[in-house]
Amino acid sequence: MSASDLEAFRAETRDWLEANCPPEMRKPVESEDDVYWGGRNATFKNDAQKAWFEACRDKGYTVPAWPKEYGGAGLTPAQAKVLREEMATIGARPPLSSFGIWMLGPALLHFGTEGQKQRFLNEIARGEIRWCQGYSEPGSGSDLVSLQTFGEDKGDHWVVNGQKIWTSYADKADWIFCLVRTDKSNKYQGITFMLYDMASEGVSTKPILLISGNSPFCETFFDDVKVPKSYGEDVPAQVGEINRGWDVAKYLLGHEREMISGADGGNTGTIGAALTRANGEVDPVLRAELAQFDVDALAYGAMGEKFLDEIKVGKAHPAQPNMMKYAGTELNKRRHELMMAAGGSHALEWESEETSGGKPSRNWLRTKANSIEGGTSEVMLNVISKRILDLPGA
Amino acid sequence: MPLYYDDDQTMLAETASQFMAEEGSIKNQLRHWRDRNCKDGFGHGLWQQFAEMGFTGMLVDEDDGGLGMGQVEANIVLEEIGRNLTPSPFLSSSVLAATALKHGSNDVKGRWLPDLISGEKVYAAAIDEGRKHRPEKIACKAEKSGNGFKLTGKKDFVVYGASAEMIVVAARTSGDDSDADGLTLFAVPQDASGMSHDSVRLVDSSMASHVTFDGVELDGDAVIGEVDGGREVLNAMLMAGRVGSAAEGVGVARGAMDMTVDYIKQRKQFGKIIGEFQALQHRASHLYSEVEIARAVTVKAAQLVDAGSEKADLMTSVAKAKVAKVAGLAVREGVQMHGGIGMTDEYDIGLYMKRDRALQEFLGDQYYHAGRVADLMGY
Repeated sequence: MSASDLEAFRAETRDWLEANCPPEMRKPVESEDDVYWGGRNATFKNDAQKAWFEACRDKGYTVPAWPKEYGGAGLTPAQAKVLREEMATIGARPPLSSFGIWMLGPALLHFGTEGQKQRFLNEIARGEIRWCQGYSEPGSGSDLVSLQTFGEDKGDHWVVNGQKIWTSYADKADWIFCLVRTDKSNKYQGITFMLYDMASEGVSTKPILLISGNSPFCETFFDDVKVPKSYGEDVPAQVGEINRGWDVAKYLLGHEREMISGADGGNTGTIGAALTRANGEVDPVLRAELAQFDVDALAYGAMGEKFLDEIKVGKAHPAQPNMMKYAGTELNKRRHELMMAAGGSHALEWESEETSGGKPSRNWLRTKANSIEGGTSEVMLNVISKRILDLPGA
Repeated sequence: MPLYYDDDQTMLAETASQFMAEEGSIKNQLRHWRDRNCKDGFGHGLWQQFAEMGFTGMLVDEDDGGLGMGQVEANIVLEEIGRNLTPSPFLSSSVLAATALKHGSNDVKGRWLPDLISGEKVYAAAIDEGRKHRPEKIACKAEKSGNGFKLTGKKDFVVYGASAEMIVVAARTSGDDSDADGLTLFAVPQDASGMSHDSVRLVDSSMASHVTFDGVELDGDAVIGEVDGGREVLNAMLMAGRVGSAAEGVGVARGAMDMTVDYIKQRKQFGKIIGEFQALQHRASHLYSEVEIARAVTVKAAQLVDAGSEKADLMTSVAKAKVAKVAGLAVREGVQMHGGIGMTDEYDIGLYMKRDRALQEFLGDQYYHAGRVADLMGY
């Protein structure tokens, strides 16, 4: 596509956004119900949220870069970047958020059968099914591959028993993509990446109250859950082959690490100027810390740009997402420590209206999970040692 | 513009890497000249080879006989210089002086550039006054005298100053010490009467001068650019020199890191290769991550300088500060992970620590540049 075609697309996109994105949807997300997650039981907070979602859904803009036949708009990477930029310019909220878009979708695009893509990708793009991810178990956190949730082969179905933990929004999800052991004799090649309905008999969830006072995660229990092996012609219940789910999981972990790293620009923000504006003069030593942070944040921003540029042309080291995840999450934790320090007693308020219900302190506490979820910083360093530095015994 | 090298730049990087590893190696250059107590601190033979490679005049415009390349290309050479600790006047002559001379009249260019490009002569830059880099304040004075000027004052940390056939000097032609305006840059020839050098060897075996100007008489044609309009030229020099020294710092960090990672893959203690210990693995991996980031932001800053972007100044300070932090970490971890032999002169890792220390101070350390980032961002 030539530069002039791209500029024409930009103009077109600008007009479309102007016509379709309601003013209410151009304000920053303030609270959980400002985010639309879709699903069977979804409700809209207001008409503007509904109108914005529906306009995007009909245009394929809930998943702009996915092919049209799967509910996307079939945009090229360059066009998708233009759309992102134009949405950012007017502060447009994402019309639909979901683990289907971020996690399962990319896995299906890579490993799915045509039948799976037709059905599940369209459901995701249209916001019809809300997915959750069943990975971690009480005994399998960083050492994920030791997972024990077991699916017993019963011919045309499995019977799944076990427990998952840290399942994001499991209590609100319709379906789960779940790592289930199907061969106890083979550690890596004995796991199947299964898809099944959370309404199945034997599935139960229990929210976990976190230090932030919120409960975005659940414990999820499977008690003799019957999972059919097929949902119709060319729609098997597992992604990839049976017993080869670890390949899919590893692929997705790369995706997840990239997402959490904030390499796409979500994590490059400097804070010194905004914090001194908001809180008045800061202690000189804190100013120095803020300046050091901003140096690191801007440098990390350049790294993110380089990483994405290199990924596009296949120049990035395959283990580089681990480095990005490590550096990005440690940076984000530091950002929130400094925001708390600059905010003083105001940042301590837990429920006040002025802090939108304790946003500074709850966000600060939330960031502590950044370097744990999706692989701890220590695991990231192990992976860098082994796969990039080639250190012995790593 | 993507943040990786294009085909030409990749080729240049390969050429520079091979050249510096062979000709500019620690054994052939740094140790060779250091052990002979060389007064210049670098080898003129190698500098001739730099000229043959086209490096000396790479930043000079093609119309003026150079290669007309940009900061990204100069930085590619500097990163290799850093990796091999190659002593050379590249940063002083081919980056700082060459950037200043871009702003000179055709007469000034004609007088100085051909010898810079051919490697016949090397030039230096005199900016700092005092122990720390504070270019906002220039006290060195050039007063009108007949058709020319009379230069009085002192400059410090003039790298390879005593070997330079010409020194670019930032001096005050009007206003107070702290004024932004009122600066003028002069090309002061080596034989100018009244100029004296106190040349000292630095911790990294490079040479630097305290230069005293005691009423040095200069012709009007010694002026580079406009009288009283020197700040703009000085800023261009500073930007090129800072982002350039950041690139050299990236090279130092990479050199130290590579050497250290190799070492911990070989050294055995307690019946194990020490690289098997997680305590070292995590520190090495953290260092790798930081070096990657420092390298990315340095390439970014160089691209912005070449594009004439208004963000170039900010990102140059970000790069200089980040690289200083990271290269410092690389050399400290390097010496520590080498253990006892890291303290010996025989092993090269200590040389990286020394070069890093000198480079940290050159054109502003991490504290100066982090403070500058805060200033530029308005807090």
